[in-house]
Amino acid sequence: MTAPIAGGGALPGDDHNRGTNEAAPSGGHLFSLRAKVFDADDLRRAHTRIAHEIVERNHGAGDVVLVGLYTRGVAVARRLADAIERFEGVDVPVGAIDVAFYRDDIGLRRVQPLGPTEVPVDVTDRIVVLVDDVLFTGRTARAALEAITELGRPRAVQLAVLVDRGHRELPIRADFVGKNLPTKVAEDVRVRLQEVDDGEDGIEIWGPDG
Amino acid sequence: MSDLLSIDDLGATGIDELLALSESFVEVTQRDIPKIPALRGKTVVTLFYEDSTRTRLSFETAAKRLTADTMSFTAASSAVGKGESLLDTVRTIEAMGVDAMVVRHRCAGAPHRIASWIDAAVVNAGDGRHEHPTQALLDLLTLRRRLGTDGFRGLRVGIIGDVRHSRVARSGVKAFAAVGADVTVVGPPTLLPESLEGWPARATTDLDDALPELDVVYLLRIQRERLGSALVPSLREYTTRYGLTAARAARLKPDTVIMHPGPMNRGVEIAAEVADGPASIITEQVANGVAVRMAVLWSLLGSGAPVA
Repeated sequence: MTAPIAGGGALPGDDHNRGTNEAAPSGGHLFSLRAKVFDADDLRRAHTRIAHEIVERNHGAGDVVLVGLYTRGVAVARRLADAIERFEGVDVPVGAIDVAFYRDDIGLRRVQPLGPTEVPVDVTDRIVVLVDDVLFTGRTARAALEAITELGRPRAVQLAVLVDRGHRELPIRADFVGKNLPTKVAEDVRVRLQEVDDGEDGIEIWGPDG
Repeated sequence: MSDLLSIDDLGATGIDELLALSESFVEVTQRDIPKIPALRGKTVVTLFYEDSTRTRLSFETAAKRLTADTMSFTAASSAVGKGESLLDTVRTIEAMGVDAMVVRHRCAGAPHRIASWIDAAVVNAGDGRHEHPTQALLDLLTLRRRLGTDGFRGLRVGIIGDVRHSRVARSGVKAFAAVGADVTVVGPPTLLPESLEGWPARATTDLDDALPELDVVYLLRIQRERLGSALVPSLREYTTRYGLTAARAARLKPDTVIMHPGPMNRGVEIAAEVADGPASIITEQVANGVAVRMAVLWSLLGSGAPVA
């Protein structure tokens, strides 16, 4: 998908780009690739570093539950769990949550549930690390906080993201960040992961033409 | 989708999407606190001109689990007895501010008529002998959860009983056929459709002949009001020829499942020990009914942008 495509051009399951889950904006711009920010090796190193930081911050991984936000957050959470298993020998539980029903823009735009919430352990008194690919306005993270507290009362909730692209609209910050990436609001950040997307791992910035 | 009046409104793709969506709501119904804020501020009214406690409760439970407000209207406790027309009743309720109206009516087509009068979404919860789409959807969801997403193709489904007068059968045949199942309707000639036009199914009057082939045995309720008429001379005769007795159940294939939309007449269309036996998935049908109705209400009221 290197050819310019019409509209916001968000990948399926994105909600960190303005065009996401919406019909193409009227008179939709063509988007084209601006920069390749991470290649597969960069992405692997970022996962490894975040995994180390999670273990370091929490003095081990014994109480940690990694909960990915559909769709790519779930893939990232699995990769983090694999990394922690490799260097700590601890099998960290991985869950998946869908924040659709907790969003603050239900009725304002098309909101589509992406999959059933599945958290394999009771989160009460555990350290829940919410995992997503991109942190943008913070509205998805806010919805995720509400979704996770419906399932129990974690001892702490932390947030890990591959990319923090700025432009927060709520007082939310990430605890673990793969890369801080200054962007324009109109641009798209596209994280590609083998498990979800075709082709190689990578992070790209796409922007409107003209 | 702005209303759900018939299985035809969905089509094969729509059914598939709705069933996939329902999985999200099955998870919600299994939580310790089975409630999500998805439809906060929306109002759902159940408008029932015909008695049906279970369907009404199922819809109301679904709405409440989505944090919608619910109102309930039943003909018995209303101004219908004072002569109010359907149009006036519906307009009055709409004026109170409702987002969805769940309608059951003894007249086929009443929900369609109501949908043409009001802006609120209308869900058909059973109209006369016509359709009962959410029943068909919960039946499909129950099977899908058991057989997997690819389980419908070539599945042999037998729908047995008073097919002619049954909205459950009409919606069920359409829905099963849409997902690729192979449907046979079974019953005495007086209770089979006069013509199979519009019924994508085969028909037979010989249950014992059809039974060993079936993967799904779907029993319809024998409606007591039909008894004693020319249609069903006697209960005993019906049970002898068309009831799923223990002896008949023993001739089913080992993995065949037994379904019933409820309420059951134990000892008539289904023997008590068969209804409670290991092949019966009747209780799962009821549980999945809430999840499917949550998915329908969410699709109508929550998933899209507001109608301007």
